[in-house]
Amino acid sequence: MSNEKLKLDVVVSDIVEVTDEIKRFEFQRADGHAFPPFSGGAHVVVEMDDDGTRRLNPYSLMSDPSDTATYAISVRRDDGGRGGSLYLHTKLKQGDRVRLSMPNNLFSLDRTASKHLMIAGGIGITPFLSQIKQLKAQKGRLGTAGKADFELHYFTREPAKTAYLADLSDDAAVSLTTYFDNEDPDRDLTGVMARQPLGTHLYVCGPKPMIDIVINQARSVGWPIENIHHEEFVAPQPGQPFTVELAKSGLTVDVGERQSLLEAIEAAGVDAPYMCRGGACGQCETKIIACDGTIEHNDHWLTDEQRASKQAIMPCMSRFSGSKLVLER
Amino acid sequence: MTKTHFEPSIKSRPVYGVLEARTGSEHVFVANAEGAEAILDVAKVADKDFWSAAHIIYVPGRSGETFQAALKALGAPKFYVASHISSALNRLVRSLEDCRMGTQFYLTGTEGLMGQAMRDIMAAGISHMSIQTEHRGSLARRVQCVHCKGIAEDVTTDPYQCPHCDLHLFVRDHYSRRLAAFQAVRIDAEDHGNVPPAEEVFP
Repeated sequence: MSNEKLKLDVVVSDIVEVTDEIKRFEFQRADGHAFPPFSGGAHVVVEMDDDGTRRLNPYSLMSDPSDTATYAISVRRDDGGRGGSLYLHTKLKQGDRVRLSMPNNLFSLDRTASKHLMIAGGIGITPFLSQIKQLKAQKGRLGTAGKADFELHYFTREPAKTAYLADLSDDAAVSLTTYFDNEDPDRDLTGVMARQPLGTHLYVCGPKPMIDIVINQARSVGWPIENIHHEEFVAPQPGQPFTVELAKSGLTVDVGERQSLLEAIEAAGVDAPYMCRGGACGQCETKIIACDGTIEHNDHWLTDEQRASKQAIMPCMSRFSGSKLVLER
Repeated sequence: MTKTHFEPSIKSRPVYGVLEARTGSEHVFVANAEGAEAILDVAKVADKDFWSAAHIIYVPGRSGETFQAALKALGAPKFYVASHISSALNRLVRSLEDCRMGTQFYLTGTEGLMGQAMRDIMAAGISHMSIQTEHRGSLARRVQCVHCKGIAEDVTTDPYQCPHCDLHLFVRDHYSRRLAAFQAVRIDAEDHGNVPPAEEVFP
């Protein structure tokens, strides 16, 4: 659920320019209390009021999971996006108040792993930053759980656009390999994958084509799917406006071109469940009562069979075109 | 053919598939007795090259010499015949230290062999979901007495008498992947001495 009681009211305590496209936003709790600790790879949903348009975008926490004073996210400005990152980059000021969801983790480290192989593309570095801090902290502790070794492979366009490059390369605990597109366009990691000890888990975060390439390469050298984890941060795609009927609420709602179905449902005053807002967690799954048209499924939650049966839709990501769509909401 | 049909049961009860040659850097087979036949079935469809990266650990058990020559003829560079499951598992555990990601695991034979090999491979960080299994041969079970925790190998009857604490036990389909054993509970717990005759239900 959206669960208003479990929201964190925060103040922007600092905004730091990381590269010419990436800024780090640091938050502290408005009531002065400590943040809950989180696990590396977790994200929060940031609520924004952008001139009357309510935006809720998920961002990975990249601060130290054990730091309960400050949460931090790093955001790349997407000039062609729907506006969430632009709002953060151009309108949000130090001292402003923002609302965050509690942290949720859909990209956590597997604690049974003998080693962690991390592959980041561009701003996809962010979940790894908190995971690395977590792993480094665990190394000093007693016991073996979570003490696994790790290595990071980081793909970006050029050094100047590579967030936290200096921090990572200066850190003796981080085994870092960088790939700048112009130098290594093939992105062949099969050699790296094939030399990993048994029980290694692979994590990839970045743009979708890169995730697909990495997964295919790992599969081609015999990696089992159970040891491969991925996270893709995608905003809901804009599309043709459409109309949806909400049977339980008795409402008919228009979904705008640059609005997601979930956002339209929320704007109509209906409290719909959600968690990741990126089509990955399954929380917003909604039953279809009637559908005369085509569902544009943009999530990675529903299986092909579920899609074919036209019985459910993920409103955070997916759209509709046709004459009639009725949802059980 | 000794492919086994199991009646549907509770979720805990392991289910087995049919081995298929997968893409991988190395192919580790652990088999006992009639499990050899499942390996030979893979050989009917796999490329010859496949066996050049294979490691076969085989416990002949009741099958004796029957399949050993045929298995050896597959040409795996590592072919090891173990006199007992425990020595096969020792070799498996040692070889896991050198395995890299991309290694494929194939287990076939009795449930006791497959369960213990799976337990050891899981301990090396591979999910049970990515380990292939195919049941062949005896239905004998590896069973833990829930009372004294003693493990009995090759249990073929139900009820059976625990060799450790002498209780008469009902063998459940409730399986522990961690222990690689089915769970057995006292059959006459509420009416001491009322023990039905043992039947050979896991021949």
